Amino acid sequence: MKMFYFSIFFQYISQYMKTRLQYRTDMVVEVISDLLFQTVNLIFILVVFGHTQSLHGWSREEIIFIYGFFLVPFAIFSSFFNIWDFNERYIVKGEMDRILTRPIHSLFQVILERMELESLFGGVTGIAVMAYAASSLHLHFQWYDVFIFLFFILGGALVYAGIFIALASIGFWSDARTSIMPTIYNIGNYGRYPVDIYNNVIRYVLTWILPFAFVGVYPAAYFLGRSEWYGYAFLTPVMGIVFFTISIFLWNTGVKKYRGAGN
Amino acid sequence: MDKYIEMIRIRFLMMLAYRTNYYSGILIYAINIGAYYFLWSAIYGGKENIQGLSITQMTTYVAVSWMARAFYFNNIDREMAMEIKDGKVAVELIKPYSYLGMKTMQGLGEGIFRLLFFSVPGMIIVAFLFPVQFSANAATWLYFGLSLIFSFIINTQINLLTGITTFFLFNNDGLIRAKRVVIDLFSGLLLPISFYPFWAQHIMSYFPFQAISYIPSMIFTNGFKGQEVINALITQAVWSGLLFIPIACLWNIAKKKMVIQGG
Repeated sequence: MKMFYFSIFFQYISQYMKTRLQYRTDMVVEVISDLLFQTVNLIFILVVFGHTQSLHGWSREEIIFIYGFFLVPFAIFSSFFNIWDFNERYIVKGEMDRILTRPIHSLFQVILERMELESLFGGVTGIAVMAYAASSLHLHFQWYDVFIFLFFILGGALVYAGIFIALASIGFWSDARTSIMPTIYNIGNYGRYPVDIYNNVIRYVLTWILPFAFVGVYPAAYFLGRSEWYGYAFLTPVMGIVFFTISIFLWNTGVKKYRGAGN
Repeated sequence: MDKYIEMIRIRFLMMLAYRTNYYSGILIYAINIGAYYFLWSAIYGGKENIQGLSITQMTTYVAVSWMARAFYFNNIDREMAMEIKDGKVAVELIKPYSYLGMKTMQGLGEGIFRLLFFSVPGMIIVAFLFPVQFSANAATWLYFGLSLIFSFIINTQINLLTGITTFFLFNNDGLIRAKRVVIDLFSGLLLPISFYPFWAQHIMSYFPFQAISYIPSMIFTNGFKGQEVINALITQAVWSGLLFIPIACLWNIAKKKMVIQGG
């Protein structure tokens, strides 16, 4: 059974490669527009630090490092979990019915159909940004930090995936158009700043309800040697697994409840 | 004229059918503005003002620019791209109305809906939670209203231009995304234009983007005074006139070289 899923996965990837190589300019434009998006966020940080020396005791390079870290899990998330328009694309248009007639898990199919591998390029940008910040901060890493890094980015990507799968699942209960997806994307940005600048309510939301802080400041704090946040940093993979599991549960429950779009 | 007003009405009613979604949207918006408020408080870090804006003015700026965005923002570029790719545009073109005019009216219907059901209640809630300052001066409100109408016109014109490019590029998803990012940054939505370094401000003054968000928000927060307000409104008026030229040119070329794919 597992082999079956693997082979489907690679078949989709090879199919995907073929179409993308056919339309090469689209791919280039997409990578450039991603790059533009990442530059905009960097510009925000640079302009803000043109008017202040530190953000609640965090220097410009530290904030840049957090941003660079964030880009890596975010790149994984946006390559494989491009489901922000699931509701319109699958439920309103009745595409979900087609998905459900096939003998593979529905979420797995949706993910494969919607993947956008060129977003992975954002991870390269992220590592470059981190490398720049780390060298100007004179950070030192141990050999095992590589493995911690891998765990943290996987945890972060799962947190993001969990949140957006859960939101997409809402579509099974109400097929109305929602406008909350872009705003939630925006809230994701606040996890990149030291959470102690916010009040308790927002800090709580960013830690336990929409836990975007685990895709930014918490795990990055470990690499920045901010030992007061280590506890939260090491929770990152746990939060990822917990949120992802909850979201899969929500999805499966939703699929059972789904009655199809009467077209 | 009647048919255009009818179109606004139909879009409005369509949105009204889905209004419950907007209530959850307002809550998430409030979290968004709240996070922004604390981020800016940390950036100010006790400073009286930055570039002539106090922290209260800055909070008002952030709140009003996001609320104004709900009014001028629309997806008609995406809708046009979809209709052009599907070939639906051929049917639209034989109908007895101007296609671009109709798209604008649909955007306006959506905008009015969001203004009434989203921006106004959202602004009231935000005003209770955060130190937001409303002007007591009737003239400020009048100028702001006028400026907001220009914002809608200019943003819609840019969307129409982006939509028309689908005729020439066939796949312009990347361009649409890039346009959105550029507008978020250069319109003053994320950062007031006055925060940028002078050379950047100078470059931006040659583009219409700041007429979308920076000008109405600065009028609302009393960041512009006296003659500055009038000059800003004139800038907006000039841009909304100028932008008709490229739209008319591109639209005429597009209609001539239109190829309907499939059918």
